Amino acid sequence: MLLTFGGRGYELRAGESVLEGLARHGVGLPAACRAGVCHSCLLRAESGDPGEAGRDRLKATLAASGYFLACLARPVTDVTVAPAADVFTPATLLRRKWLAPDVLAVWLRPRRLVPFRAGQHVTLDRGCGVIRPYSIANRPAEAARAGLEFHVRVYPGGAMSGWLAAARPGAKLGVGVPTGECFYLPGDPAAPLLLAGTGTGIAPLAAIAHDALAQGHHGPAVVIQGAAEPARLYAAGPLVRGHVRHDGRPAVRWRSCVRSRGEDIGDVVVAEYAALTETAAARAYLCGGAGSVARMRRALFLAGMPLRSIQADEFVAARTAG
Amino acid sequence: MTTEPSLFDRLGGHPAIAAATELFYRKVLADPLLSPYFDDVDMDHQIAKQAAFLTMVLDGPNHYSGRDLRSAHAGLPGLTDEHVDRVISHLALTLRELGVADGDIAAAGAVAASVRDDVLNR
Repeated sequence: MLLTFGGRGYELRAGESVLEGLARHGVGLPAACRAGVCHSCLLRAESGDPGEAGRDRLKATLAASGYFLACLARPVTDVTVAPAADVFTPATLLRRKWLAPDVLAVWLRPRRLVPFRAGQHVTLDRGCGVIRPYSIANRPAEAARAGLEFHVRVYPGGAMSGWLAAARPGAKLGVGVPTGECFYLPGDPAAPLLLAGTGTGIAPLAAIAHDALAQGHHGPAVVIQGAAEPARLYAAGPLVRGHVRHDGRPAVRWRSCVRSRGEDIGDVVVAEYAALTETAAARAYLCGGAGSVARMRRALFLAGMPLRSIQADEFVAARTAG
Repeated sequence: MTTEPSLFDRLGGHPAIAAATELFYRKVLADPLLSPYFDDVDMDHQIAKQAAFLTMVLDGPNHYSGRDLRSAHAGLPGLTDEHVDRVISHLALTLRELGVADGDIAAAGAVAASVRDDVLNR
């Protein structure tokens, strides 16, 4: 199979993904998860068929426009592909605020409205081929006022996070298409909600909890914030508190789960699940590091929770192509 | 060729298999003998494979074969007849919970047992 990219032809081996094939030829595309989740490696087919596998994790509107994910795509014909630059909406950095020594909140103003659901994630493009996925930390109504908010774990030397840590208001970025299945589904306002996350996973969860309340949810809701040690429970209070019911009681309960105290996030979510009086309707939302999300999901499943009741968003560490 | 509906159809087809697969997979994951093999496995991929396996043993429309089972289990260290027996036993318990008759459970178990050598790479 012949793949044409940037005006040059590259031979693809049988069974090789577009991402793997290009990497073998020394062409490193932006990529992070390599599993169809983060959408960092989005490309557009100009001619030929990149194959169904590259499309089935995309929104129908994107797939219909020729977009596909290079990490999953195994072309079935010769194809000519191009970077998906036009799916990025130009955006400006409005302001930044340190929430913890290694967690930076940033607010971006896209040039035009980017429709999304609270809890979804986008890729951010700072140019130079640096594209990384981040969860949106606020709700659409707040984002329309204050800009899209992100909580960025800053790694020393991080290609995106290090750059954001030093960027000034006015800096230019691209915001990709919001995606992800981790958002509040209306229809059962009395259902118990379990929202559990580690690290900056707490940010989209707080947005989902607030979105649920804004949509009239009145069932019990608990947010479980996991961290390695107490000092890393960043911004815990403000994210979740401040939302009270008409009767004055907190609408969302918050609890921590700290590993250095011997607490295991899998055990804690299961304990919260087991304590519910109405487990059949319960829904779980899990965000954070891939290992902890997988552990929570498995623990809830083993405790009897159907997989379709669990919405999970695993954060993936960036890996360089090739 | 038979005109009699398969156990797959009598159970309710694909939606019933989805429910049965969760029951079955939960038993497998909770089994200390089997669970280590699933520690680093993506649950979504695994549940799709389990559904294909259940569809096969219940005589539903499937494309799963002994060869697929052979390649899926190749390279897994230490698999023995005991592991296969355990899986067949979880299968039987799952079907019993769903109200399947003993004769049908035996038939499904026989199909599962028929791929034993593929699973164990013999």
